[in-house]
Amino acid sequence: MTLRIPLILLTLLTAPPAAAERGADGDLRILYWQAPSTLNPYLSGGIKDLEAASLVLEPLARYDPQGDMTPWLVDVIPTPQNGGVSADRTRITWTLREGLRWSDGSPLTSHDLRFTWLYCTAEGGGCAQAEKFRDVIDVETPDPRTATVVFNQPKPFPYGPFVGPQSPILQAAQFADCLGPRAPTCVEANFAPRGTGPYVVEEFRAGDVVRYRANPEYRDPGKPAFATVTIKGGGDAAAAARAVLETGEFDYAWNLQLAPEVLERMEARGKGRVAVAFGSLVERVAINFTDPDPALGAARSTRAHAHPMLSDPAVRRALSMALDRGVMTEIGYGRAGRPTCDLLPPPEGPDAACLEQDIPGARALLDEAGWTDSDGDGVREKDGKRLHLLLQTSTNAVRQDFQSIMKEWWRQIGIATELRNIDPSVFFGGNPDSPDTLQKFHADLQMYAGAYDGGDAEPYLATWSCDKAPGPENQWQGANVSRFCEPNYDALVQELASAATLDARRALERRMNDMLVAEGAVIPLVDRGRVSAHALDLEGTAVNAWDSELWNIADWRRAAQ
Amino acid sequence: MRRPFALCAGVALLTLIVLAVLAGPLLWSVPPERMDLAARNAGASLAHPLGTDQLGRDLLARLMAGGRISLAVGGAAMLAAVALGTVIGVVAGMVRWLDGPLMRLTDLFLSLPLLPLALIAVTLFRAPLAAALGPEAGLFALIVGVIAATSWMQTARVLRGEVLALMARSFIAAARSAGTPPLALATRHILPNVASAIAVSATLAVAGAIITESTLSFLGVGFPPDFPSWGRLLADGTAYLGDRPGRALWPGALISLTVLAVAYIGDALRDRSDPRGPR
Repeated sequence: MTLRIPLILLTLLTAPPAAAERGADGDLRILYWQAPSTLNPYLSGGIKDLEAASLVLEPLARYDPQGDMTPWLVDVIPTPQNGGVSADRTRITWTLREGLRWSDGSPLTSHDLRFTWLYCTAEGGGCAQAEKFRDVIDVETPDPRTATVVFNQPKPFPYGPFVGPQSPILQAAQFADCLGPRAPTCVEANFAPRGTGPYVVEEFRAGDVVRYRANPEYRDPGKPAFATVTIKGGGDAAAAARAVLETGEFDYAWNLQLAPEVLERMEARGKGRVAVAFGSLVERVAINFTDPDPALGAARSTRAHAHPMLSDPAVRRALSMALDRGVMTEIGYGRAGRPTCDLLPPPEGPDAACLEQDIPGARALLDEAGWTDSDGDGVREKDGKRLHLLLQTSTNAVRQDFQSIMKEWWRQIGIATELRNIDPSVFFGGNPDSPDTLQKFHADLQMYAGAYDGGDAEPYLATWSCDKAPGPENQWQGANVSRFCEPNYDALVQELASAATLDARRALERRMNDMLVAEGAVIPLVDRGRVSAHALDLEGTAVNAWDSELWNIADWRRAAQ
Repeated sequence: MRRPFALCAGVALLTLIVLAVLAGPLLWSVPPERMDLAARNAGASLAHPLGTDQLGRDLLARLMAGGRISLAVGGAAMLAAVALGTVIGVVAGMVRWLDGPLMRLTDLFLSLPLLPLALIAVTLFRAPLAAALGPEAGLFALIVGVIAATSWMQTARVLRGEVLALMARSFIAAARSAGTPPLALATRHILPNVASAIAVSATLAVAGAIITESTLSFLGVGFPPDFPSWGRLLADGTAYLGDRPGRALWPGALISLTVLAVAYIGDALRDRSDPRGPR
């Protein structure tokens, strides 16, 4: 991974914006139809809360819209090359930028970093982001600008703590009395945390509205351009889109998963623009490598029996070839999706050859593999096994359309499909007693979306290793729902766990993605984006699927009339 | 006959709808599942008289296919629910010592929430029924069963009241004193006198069954998505109400007209069978 200088800094260097005066652009009105309920991200896992807090609280480094790390409160990202990460990968040393101040004027020091770690790991605190601090045994503070995070084991990707919107830095002075079980009782601090960000909280009403004003101590004297910001909550996605795109009451609205034509019609009113950012959320069809035949009883959908049809790579390949992902994306997501053949969508876009629908090719492949329609009923057979597959997914209008359309294409290549849709709370509920869960996978194929967060795909890719398969021996816990098991892949997982440089990791991740797709463990369909809308005269927004959408709010400004 | 018009209109309308969904495919032979991806969300044209849906499927063909499913579900569920409700209502009304237990059972069923019950039934019985009857027939039987099992209670309650009132009448006392056995009493004297209530219940049950089926399909516990019942077409169409109202209005109108026709017929039958009514 290259550590790019963020685009914003580049524009600053080349063409400084005209209105470089703090607070010159008045009020900025933002609509989050799910209202924030707290401004302390350590006490809530909700995206709405993380994002509302991100105007105030900042991490040491953020992710930019491309998913690359950007130094934020530091000058450089520590790496093994620049000596910031120790040779044994157990220590990462961050050096704070010079002269950073909290909004009350006191300096930001390494002590605050150490305190944040203590705060999130305190006994009884119920920290929502504890995962970010996993395996951290100490945060050393040799001097006020230097902090070293110490792990109890080698961490090839040591960028969990203090990176991204989930683990910003809290002020030790403000939260000192809020450790452990007392954390939720510090209402005043949780509702108005002091931060280093471009704004300070002026008023917070949980579940309703947050008002901010520009931080007088913000490190860049010319920013932010807006003197005040209001984040209003409530309503639904359609109403939020209308408020920005049709009536112009608000400048920015977030999370607008609406039918493509609905958004298009609103955008045509000319008041605002729809913006989409792509992260790692991919809609896919998972293939069951084990036999879901109910006659098998307890051995159903377990490794004891391989799938009679889908164990044949030709069938898996043909299923993928028969799809026109472009049409599916257009029907289901419009601009909020991109057709993809990859589980980790490559930044340069998908491979065009794979996106091409190839029905004759799929037919030829099945013929060659010995699957032929010998009894003339339109469905292929081989050795007495009929190509009749059950495709299940959650109840959702777009997914049902996808099911119908895939059934039609697969019919054309001689594969009969039975469709089933399951209530989402059951399907994604993960209850080991229910037969209809994603993990049990009592079907041949299933469609769902998956993603990973925070720049490191390792835990995500590791879910396809043999030992992550859900089954009766682990109470159906595990993310390898396909029960894919390939020793070569497991070897790559091992290799990734010890790969040190970011470039090597990126290359390995790509190889693993290619292997999963080539093996047909999954059939990726659509790369789904985050959709937001902003008023035409609001400049500088950069929707970001890897970090808070308001990550660069200090750079937002009103276009000159 | 007091209202020949209602009966004629009802029968004519229902016959027309039944004929259209059964014989329509002979005239309009586009398969309902064929997708024309070039003509998605198309308006009315010669190729697609009622337009197409978001996957380019012909709405007219889907309405006919959906009608067959909805009418079959409505009819079968109505028969099952009314039969069950009638038996329970009449027995509760006629047999004093069974009245309490049967009515508590009715209360119990009335208080059962339909949707969780349907979810459980689908989870438990879907696979065995599909294995026994095939995936589509199995699901049909299951949905009819679930709807019938959760909609017989109104019929039972209404009939119990009617039967209790009848039991106090002198002609029943006369029949009993003449030694009429209970079964004959029920079929010869009671059922003819409560036929009007049964007919009204049946019409309500048809309407209820069609609507319940659509709810179940909408929530994903009913028919699979490629099984276009009217309820499903209506639910799918509501998202496009602003742009293409036809997609929701056509199936909605067909549900309403069917229910209206059945109600007219029920009403007219009630009038005809009412022994106290003017002849």
